[in-house]
Amino acid sequence: MSFEPFTALTSQTVVLAKDNIDTDQIIPARFLTTTSREGLGRSAFYDWRYDDQGRARNSSTLNGVDPQTHKVLVAGANFGCGSSREHAPWALYDFGFRAVISSDIADIFTSNALKNGLLPVVVDAKTHQKLLQSPGAAVTIDLQTQTVRLPDGWQTVFEVEPFARRCLLDGVDPLGHLLNQTSAIEAFEDGRS
Amino acid sequence: MTAKSLFDKLWERHVVVEETADAPAVLFIDLHLVHEVTSPQAFSVLKDRGLKVRRPDLTIATLDHSTPTLPADEKGELPYATPEAKAQVETLIDNCKEHGITLFGLGDPRRGIVHVIGPELGLTQPGKTIVCGDSHTSTHGAFGALAFGIGTTEVGHVLATQCVLQRKPRSMRVRFEGAPAFGVTAKDLALATIAQIGADGGQGYAVEFAGPAIENLSMEGRMTLCNMSIEAGARFGMIAPDKTAFDWLKGRDYAPTDAAWDEAVSDWRALQTEEGAHFDKDVVVDAAAVKPMITFGVSPDAAAAVDGVQPSAADDDVAADYMQFEPDKPFSENAVHRVFIGSCTNSRLSDLRLAARVLRGRRVKDDVVALIVPGSEAVRREAEAEGLHKVFLDAGAEWREPGCSMCIAMNGDAGAPGDLVVSTSNRNFMGRQGKGVRTVLASPATAAASAIEGRIADPRPYLKDPAERFDVV
Repeated sequence: MSFEPFTALTSQTVVLAKDNIDTDQIIPARFLTTTSREGLGRSAFYDWRYDDQGRARNSSTLNGVDPQTHKVLVAGANFGCGSSREHAPWALYDFGFRAVISSDIADIFTSNALKNGLLPVVVDAKTHQKLLQSPGAAVTIDLQTQTVRLPDGWQTVFEVEPFARRCLLDGVDPLGHLLNQTSAIEAFEDGRS
Repeated sequence: MTAKSLFDKLWERHVVVEETADAPAVLFIDLHLVHEVTSPQAFSVLKDRGLKVRRPDLTIATLDHSTPTLPADEKGELPYATPEAKAQVETLIDNCKEHGITLFGLGDPRRGIVHVIGPELGLTQPGKTIVCGDSHTSTHGAFGALAFGIGTTEVGHVLATQCVLQRKPRSMRVRFEGAPAFGVTAKDLALATIAQIGADGGQGYAVEFAGPAIENLSMEGRMTLCNMSIEAGARFGMIAPDKTAFDWLKGRDYAPTDAAWDEAVSDWRALQTEEGAHFDKDVVVDAAAVKPMITFGVSPDAAAAVDGVQPSAADDDVAADYMQFEPDKPFSENAVHRVFIGSCTNSRLSDLRLAARVLRGRRVKDDVVALIVPGSEAVRREAEAEGLHKVFLDAGAEWREPGCSMCIAMNGDAGAPGDLVVSTSNRNFMGRQGKGVRTVLASPATAAASAIEGRIADPRPYLKDPAERFDVV
């Protein structure tokens, strides 16, 4: 899997203010029969974007935005809760998102997103409210300095697990790091047998 | 010496490389469970990088999510929902063959839902680290294992190195005080706990469930409770292994035997949380106050007693708009269209016995479709040996082949738009059981009672004998 290294990004936001947006919303289970990770963007938020006849819903915020200019998703609390399907970050990345901002992002989703070039950003309640109330705002997310900057100059810092941050900055999957631990793994296995 | 928790001990036993400021710990995995949905892309990574499966001996695969629950036709063709579903199943069969992985596949008497067969085969054991590309892997924590769901990239990591990169999460203890009342099951305890702490209340934590109500809980009930940890946001749920766990495991296919068994049990006994062990957070649940529970929203923390009324909601409440439950109306006034009894949460023999106890000699209401799906081939055999399938069929329910079925509704088993489904599964998310389907989570007893009445129903009138209380739990 290759993804673009993430260093810094300035882009407009798409706001989905609902709390508890689960992975079944991000990509419904009927799209999980694929054996590939490519092209899942068309299934992203499918039931929010399309009606029963497969027609695009005008009411969907996601149908009205240009993914080229709107690469930051701002969501309600507990984003990405539910299943461990990595198809969720694959779909969001393929749709065009490069970062998700919320007050609270689910553990497995966070772990999966970080391995796929999609930066999960957890911000304080005040910053979250400001972002929820200004859809389309051009925000700057800098992974080097771990800061988010809003158009009005408001700025806040965010936490990222240091190893995952390094992998994102370099655009690499952590498998190489694990493979480099082979002698320690062998020693561990030998010690148990 | 500092007192240690079950979680501390499980963690320490599996650290290959300690975590540092720069990198997470490298954690060794004792059992990797694999299914068809979250593994194909991981095997592709191995192929692309020319890697082999490091420990096929610690890897077990099965087919459960995409598989039909209706039998093969006269030509032997299974009724797959789509050609993609069939291709996904065949991909896992091929990958297992290529990498020498044991697969409990189609036609194998050991096949079933991954979280049902792990324990029933004795693969799941106290003290193990267990991962699977599935968030309900926490189920196995019921035996005192460190069990957690991982993504597909991590499935690839475990296939290639038998390890995951993981920082040690914070710890939480949830103590259940008091004895559950008559008619209350582990599912009700789980829903009450999630309602109390919230759908993100366990986020970032490894949770140990403890207290008198847990010590008295059956092994199946413990699995149901640990299974639902993730619905409170907790990736890890666990219970200290005790005699209940050891008795349950003894004699199972993969359990140790003879002297090795005795040695294992004495090792497992040492896993108990020690007095004074530190937890980052402590929660107390009043188990005696819990009633049979249902959910009324689109997040599992929107749960309340089945005999209650719909809370009022804000005008823009997405859940209220989706569920179409009128404010202040008793839950029992909502008509039910389908009932699903199954899933890794509630598809074990004890769940089916409980459902049968309610349905015996009664009829599923006309126009209600009731689907009963055993968790594994073994559960199916045992249920049929007891005649439970006859109870279900006589009541007008459908008795299907094992699998995940309507819990995730990706195999063709799904409701129709607008249907209200009372389901023993774990997620009431919008569209989870089919586009536009409204899900009410409940215990097998509540689901069975609702099937009879054709509306959300309190199971207690159907469970007459209070002396059988602990049998219910």
